[in-house]
Parts: sequence; structure tokens; C-alpha cells
Amino acid sequence: MGSVYALVALGYTMVYGIIRLINFAHGDFIMVGGYTLIFTIPVMLGFGLPAWTAIAFAVIVASSVGVATEAIAYRPVRKHGTRMSALITAIAVSLFLENLAQVLYTSNPRVIRASIFKLPTLQLGNVKIDGTTLATIAIAAVTMVLLQLFIHNTKMGRAMRAVSEDKEASILMGINVNRTITATFAIGSALAAVAALMYCAQYPSVMPTMGSMLGLKAFVAAVLGGIGIMPGAMIGGLTIGLVESLSKAYSASLTKGIITSAFSDAVVFAILIVVLLVKPAGLLGKNFGEKV
Amino acid sequence: MTESGTMLCTDRETPLIKVSHLGITFGGLRAVNDFSLEMGENELVGLIGPNGAGKTTVFNLLTGVYTPSEGDYYFCGQRMNGKKTHQIVQSGIARTFQNIRLFNKMTVLDNVKVAMNPHYEYNLFSALLRTGKYWAGEAENDAKARELLEIFNLEDKADAVAENLPYGQQRKLEIARALATGMKLLLLDEPAAGMNPTETEELLECIRIIRQRFNISILLIEHDMNLVMKICEHIIVIDYGTTIARGTPEEIAQDPRVIAAYLGTED
Amino acid sequence: MNMPKQNKKSALINAVALAVLLAVVAYLGFSRALSSYLVGIFWLSCIGIIMATSLNLTNGFLGQMALGHAGFMLIGSYSSALLSLAMVRAGILAGGGAEQLARFVICLIVSGLLAGLFGILVGIPALRLRGDYLAIITLGFGEIIRVVIQGIPWAGGDGLSQGSASPVLFKTGLGFNNATKSHYMLFVGLVTVACVSAIYTFIRSRFGRAIISIRDDEIASSASGIDITFYKVTTFALSAVFAGIAGSIFAACYSSLNTGNMGFMASVNYFVMVVFGGMGSLTGSIVAAIGLTSLNEALRSFDEYRMLVYSIVLILMMIFRPAGLLGTYEFSLSGTISHLRNRISKNKQEKEAQV
Repeated sequence: MGSVYALVALGYTMVYGIIRLINFAHGDFIMVGGYTLIFTIPVMLGFGLPAWTAIAFAVIVASSVGVATEAIAYRPVRKHGTRMSALITAIAVSLFLENLAQVLYTSNPRVIRASIFKLPTLQLGNVKIDGTTLATIAIAAVTMVLLQLFIHNTKMGRAMRAVSEDKEASILMGINVNRTITATFAIGSALAAVAALMYCAQYPSVMPTMGSMLGLKAFVAAVLGGIGIMPGAMIGGLTIGLVESLSKAYSASLTKGIITSAFSDAVVFAILIVVLLVKPAGLLGKNFGEKV
Repeated sequence: MTESGTMLCTDRETPLIKVSHLGITFGGLRAVNDFSLEMGENELVGLIGPNGAGKTTVFNLLTGVYTPSEGDYYFCGQRMNGKKTHQIVQSGIARTFQNIRLFNKMTVLDNVKVAMNPHYEYNLFSALLRTGKYWAGEAENDAKARELLEIFNLEDKADAVAENLPYGQQRKLEIARALATGMKLLLLDEPAAGMNPTETEELLECIRIIRQRFNISILLIEHDMNLVMKICEHIIVIDYGTTIARGTPEEIAQDPRVIAAYLGTED
Repeated sequence: MNMPKQNKKSALINAVALAVLLAVVAYLGFSRALSSYLVGIFWLSCIGIIMATSLNLTNGFLGQMALGHAGFMLIGSYSSALLSLAMVRAGILAGGGAEQLARFVICLIVSGLLAGLFGILVGIPALRLRGDYLAIITLGFGEIIRVVIQGIPWAGGDGLSQGSASPVLFKTGLGFNNATKSHYMLFVGLVTVACVSAIYTFIRSRFGRAIISIRDDEIASSASGIDITFYKVTTFALSAVFAGIAGSIFAACYSSLNTGNMGFMASVNYFVMVVFGGMGSLTGSIVAAIGLTSLNEALRSFDEYRMLVYSIVLILMMIFRPAGLLGTYEFSLSGTISHLRNRISKNKQEKEAQV
């Protein structure tokens, strides 16, 4: 599960790093991806292709939603508004997506009937690791590496880095900031779609609110690792996943077998609080001050 | 606010401000190195140097925005190292900023009143219940604030919103606000920046009036050499964080190191 | 910032106007003239007003985005219910009528103070952060509070929130029935007026100036001698106190308490009220609170679409009018009166000039 968080955290970190906006709706992009999968997996299966190829559709849909959101909602506010109104807008978008899904599909979970991956289970001594989990970790790692390469070696990637350092200077350097931001959102949302796929591989049910908790926890992961820093997002994601499983098991032992996610939720939030208080830049981050 | 004739520090022997070997490093950069300064009552010292020399950093050190990594900083005999900004301000040092920082959405009068906050005598309950203390406190400080605005010719703008004022008046408001804190030492960061000669003359007048009326000391950062030469009694020159010269305006004007720092040597 | 002249005359005018308003409420309440539906809306509106104005204090005037406001309401409502239950069981002020009123008042005070205490506890660490982080962390605290209360067996899971007409809550002496609710309308109105007045006087004082200065420019504010941390925490705690009081009223209003009612969605609800009304306008918050509460109840059947519409409107508002409906405008009775007087005398002058 931690690797799913890692994937999502990567998306968050990317967007925040570039436009300094915590995209509350990021989790909901995942939900969008999830619903797309619900509809497209059967299509793929109908064509005789393995279920996971539906990811192509999910990526396209999620990216479009992401780009559209940026163009319709975030960009105008970015131009005229304050940080606070941008934040409010993000919350509003999140609410909008969640409620739209609720209206369209009801809040009952829908189940994906096919198993996405047919992977064997690995046995290491006493520990059984599910093949899907391994695949998730692998994909997350590969994604991270690809992203790092992209950021450092391509023109667009360098543009993204420039914009995140100094927006005004980037404009002066001739970088088309709007296009860069659009690309950021596209990639970030695509990541969300992939995360949706991996999530569904492990928990094959989709509902309108699946994004919000997931998104929040991934946000904690991103902050833990250092917001704006990719490897940090990876580490943060895995850590949070680990902590969550451990705390679930612990709370289960407390309540004699009844596993509540509420307790582990609280623990995750507590971690966020501790991190923000002790080292707000995250494990790998740097501190920024304001120049007087 | 201190009127003429009032003792500023409790002890005649203690200098107003005494800074010894103050230093701070950012990352690998030694922003301020071995800075020392001693001022008494009613003095006007100028701090000059090329851009980026570290002058504003010195101000930031003196007002608690940064904590010095070395050196000692005493104000009226009290150690100021590591104190928070508002504590230092309440001890008696106030400043203005290089890029004017007013409370843009508040009125001119309110801008000044904010700085007078510690002088209001009523507490939270008095405010909520609107007791006599509240009305008395508000009336008293309202009058004082308007008096202060009068000195700067801003009293007719008392209810105007701060961001609507012309630039020159905004600067004056910032100084008025700093004065309203009741400080004994005023730090002015490039007060004449962006002003034309007329406005600069007005500013000079203001500074003269302030010194006369309030018996305070001023530490001034400026690039306008005319201004500096006219009113500073003593000048310190900084370059790359290090003090390269100190003395009277005449001495400084002829100091070869200073000339070199500003104009570069012939190479 | 539009601060009209605060003199004793305008304070008197306001006091008289409020007295008239409360007299109307009292009449309606004691004569049981309104249907239970309308009474319910009155109570909910009052709760909404207190929540929105107190949230506006932190978000609008102080400028710090706090999202966990419902958490304090939760503390208020549960502590109220539990205290009331304890008192009834112990036989202190256990009866109806005047004893019930006294008990209610005590619960109000205690829950307000308790919420305020938590406000301080949460505020001190949380307010060190800026903007986005503060929003998330206050959200987190709100959720943690909810989870903790749910986890306490005698309060949450098994205690007060079982079923929809919990006899346990009735036993606490709160959870008023409709007749009582009507009789208490004046009291609730009084409490609401008191809370809003307190917030109003806070803002029109040196405290208000201090926090607005913090909102406008924190660095300049501390350079003018303002202790930022103190004012931030004080304001946050004060708004928590009011939220606690609102929670106490909430507990009296419903037959059972459910932590689900006061989680993130509730915080968002009040947050929307503040934004719609204008962050920095108490009048706006009041109008938005009454409006949205009534709208919520009226559109119960369209509940799903409600949030959808709200979110769209919120986005549109942020794009086109981020200041909210009323911006920073504040309704002033004395201001309006003098304005009308001016208009009347101007008309007179014009007429005389025409002759």
C-alpha cells in the first residue's frame, strides 16, 4: 500500500513544487481514474487484452480532467487571486468531483470483477508477499526514476524546474509558464491514474470518496519526505504505508480483532503534525525563509 | 513617546546601543562580519555601502529577524541576542523597510494605532464589555495618533486607506508608525529611495523635527550621498559584510578604501 | 478596512435595535407561534451564525485558514451532553424549568471554556505554520478529535450516539423536545447576540487592529511591536470558545449526537458560509449562515446536488469575486441612519433650490 501512496505523493509533490499549490483534488483524480477503469476494463477484456491495458484510457481521462481543472479553475484564480483563494478553489474542485461522482454513480462501491494482474505470490521464508504488491513497488520505483530523468534531461523537465524556482525569471527567460504548468498537471494526473490502477489491483472496489483519504495520506507522505522533492515522496509513501499497516494491526489487537481504519488515520495525521512541527521541510527538504 | 529632555536609558553611563563583533553566516556566505557600533542619545549615524553589502542584514540582526551567530548586542544595557522582534521593538527599537511595508488595507490612522498597541491600557474583557477603560483608552490614543500624523502633515488623510496614498506619503506614514511605538532608536532603511529632490528635502525636514521633538537616535541606511553627508554625524561604511571605514562625513568622503568600494580600483 | 466611528451613540443605537429584535423573537418563542420546522431552522441558523462569525474571526480577520472548526463544536456538544448527564445523575439542578435553564447555562460556559482550552492547545503548534500547511493541520486536528471522541466508549461508540432517538441523550436533560425548543428561542437568540457582539467588539478594538495588521503583513506587524504568536493563539482560542458554545446549543437541539455530523463536511459547510458572506464581514457571515442553513433545510431532498452546486458556486466565486458577497463591508445601523439623514437633507436642499 505504501507504494500506492508513493505514486500519489509523487503527483502531489510535482504540482506543489511547481506552482506551490496543494492540489486537494489530486486524490479525486485518482477516483476519476478508478471509475474510468470500471468502465474500460470490461472493454479491454472484451477485446481479449489483459485487464491492465485499460490503464491507457485511465491515463488519458485523468490527464484530461487534470488539465481541464487547471485551465478552468486554477489558472484564473492563480492570475487574479491570492494563495488563500487558490486553496479554497482546490478544496472546491475536490468537493465538486466527489459529489459529481456521487450523483452519477451513487456512493455505493463498485467492484471490479476481473483481477487486474495475474501474478504469482512470492514466498520469502515466512513472509508471503503478494505479487501485486511487488509490481506496485516496482512500478513506483520505475516511475520515480523516469520522472527524475525527465526532470533533469528534457527541455520540458528543465522548464518545470525553472518555474518551480522562480516563476518571474522563467517568464523572462522565454519559458511558456502556462504550458509548463499544464504539462505538470497532465503528468501528475497520469500518475494518479496509474496509482488508481495499482490501488484497484489490491482493493478492487471504487467509490466516490476513495480519493480523499488516499489523497490526504499521500499528502502526508509527500510532506514527510519533503514537499517538492521526488525521492522524498517515495520514501514518505512507503513509510506511511508501513506505519498504517502496523497501526492497523496494533489497533486490531487493542479492540480484539476489530480493525478500524480510524485509528490508523489518526496516527497518520499525528505524524503529519509531528513532521510539520519538528522539520517542516520534511526528511529530505530544505528550508525557505522570506527575504525581508 | 519620549519628549525632549527625558532620559532615554536609566543609567547615564550606559550607551543607548552597543554592538560588538556581531556576525552571521548564511549557508556558506558570511553576510555580516565583525560589525561593531556604539551610539548614545540623540545621535545620527549613517550606514552606507554598495548594494548587497549587508546593510539591511545588519538591520535584520538588530531587530531580531535573524539571530547573530557571534557577537554581543546590548540595548540600554540589556542583552538583545536571540530576542524576538516584537520584544526588541517593545524595548525601544523600531525600523522602516527598504520596500515599504504598510498595512495596506487599513486606514492611515489605524496603521499608526497598531504600533501603539502596547500602550493601550485596557485588556480583553474591557474590550468585550466596552467598559470605561476601553473608551478612555481609545480616546487617549486616538488623540496621540492624530498628533503624530500632524507632524508629518498626514492628519487630513487619517481615514484614507494606506495603499491609496502617494509614495512619498506612504514613506512618511511608515516612519510615523515606527515612531508611534515609542522607540528610542529608529532604524531607517533607505527612506529616500525613489524620492525626487523636493520629497527628499521634506524628508530631511521631518528627520530634523523628529530628532528635536523626540530626542531619539537614528541609524540610517542610504544611497543618496547628499542626504547622508548633510545629516549624518558619523558614518560607517560596509562592503561584503565587513566594516571598511568609519568616521565623520568629511573623513569618509576622502577615504580611498571607500572610493574604491564604490567606484572600483583602477585595474 | 471600513471601520465606522465607534462612539457611544452608535453603540446605543445598536443595543436598542437588538433589543427590539430579541423582543420579536421572544414573542414568537413564548407564544409558540411557529411550527416545529421553523423553530428548528431558527436554532440551526443561530448555531450557524455563531459558527460562521467565529470562523470568520480566524479565517477572515486574522487571515489564517483554519479548517477544523467543527472539531471544537464537537468538543462543545459532547462535553455539554456529558456534563448535563452527570449533573442529572447526581441530582444537581436536575429538574425542569429554571433548573434546566441553569444547567444549560453552566453547560454552555463549561463547553465554551473547554473548547477554548483545546483551541490554545491546538493553536500553539498549528499556528506556527503558514497557509496551506495550517489548513491541513487544522483539518487533521479536527479529524483526530473526532476519532478520539468516537473511540471513547462512554462518549462515542456506545454512549451517546446510538440510534436516532437516544434515550440516553434525553436522560442527559438536553435533547429538548419541540415545546421546550420554542420556549428557549429567546435564550438561544440572546446567546447568539452575545457571541456576535463579543466578536464585533473584539474586532473594533486594539485586538482587532492587531490581528488585521497580522493579516496584512506579518513582518511589519511584528516590527511594530505586535506579539504575533500571542494574538494568533488568542484569536484562535476565542473562536474555539464560540464554537464550543455553538456545540452546546447543538446538543440541546438534537436527540442524539453523532460524530459524523461534525466532521470535515461540517467544517466545510461553515467554511463555505464564511467565504460566501465575505471573509472580513460579520454581516456577510450572518447573512450567509441564515441563508445557507435555510437553503440546506429546504433542499433536503436534493442533498446530493446541493454540495455539487455549492462547489461550483465556490469555484466561480473564487474566480470572479474572491471577496465574497459582501467583501469587507459591515452593516452599521448608525451609519445607515446618518446616511439616510444626509439623503433626506440633500433632497430638501435640492427642492428648495428648485423653487
